[in-house]
Amino acid sequence: MATATLSGYEIHVDEEGFMTDPAEWSEELAGFLAHQIGIDELTEDHWKVIRFLREDHATEGTTATLRRVSTLGGIPVKQLYALFPKKPAKKMAYIAGLPKPKGCV
Amino acid sequence: MTTDTMEMPVPAFAADEDTDRKICLICSKGTLDMAYPGLVLANGALQEGIETHIFFTFWGLDMITKKRMSHLKATPVGNTAMHMPQAAAPLPGMTAMATRMLKKEIDELGIPEVPEFLQQIADAGGHLWACKMSADMMDVSQDDLFEEVEDIIDVSEFMDLSADAQVIFI
Repeated sequence: MATATLSGYEIHVDEEGFMTDPAEWSEELAGFLAHQIGIDELTEDHWKVIRFLREDHATEGTTATLRRVSTLGGIPVKQLYALFPKKPAKKMAYIAGLPKPKGCV
Repeated sequence: MTTDTMEMPVPAFAADEDTDRKICLICSKGTLDMAYPGLVLANGALQEGIETHIFFTFWGLDMITKKRMSHLKATPVGNTAMHMPQAAAPLPGMTAMATRMLKKEIDELGIPEVPEFLQQIADAGGHLWACKMSADMMDVSQDDLFEEVEDIIDVSEFMDLSADAQVIFI
């Protein structure tokens, strides 16, 4: 684990760049994290996903898979790929300041 | 644990976004247990931004045939990994029981049933293709197939499709 700085924030990250302490995250930081991976503006639809992930992680202790976000969070898979292109599971977890989701669906 | 502080690196998964990796899966089996490996791999590949195609051939055609896709079965016959005496495996009711057990376990893991899983793959941008020879052999036309199947293609078209792909046969 290493400490990294991003726009004045000092955060703990793993070797892939995912934050390792959810408590260090903030909504402002999410915007900077999104920018890091090429998403320049977080829309209300992005926020719906991010908030679901944060709340779900707080109760479950793990990062929700795409499947879980679509069935429980009510955001269709097609939309998740549109909001977080190419690698939606990793990108949404990264922006939400959570570990990347484990699991096969 | 190190306390080195660095400027936040751009994660590799963002930098390699424009991967030209391409995967073609060939699904040739029509049992419930052999349907899932292809679906899980396809879904996983799509989540990594990899162009993904599935070619359904022979018994695998059942996976995308509307009237069969919801009723795939798992059987303990000839499958020693189900850990029951093989003499008992062909008894009446065993296939139904094995199917029920497998469906329950899959559901508990939060994994969708076959039609729903195929829809998720299609929604994620995956491409589904049916094999022409198998379709002819089983007297199946495009209308009999799951709506997201793009076309029925022959082997030469599959060769074109998979020319620059990693091919996985299941």
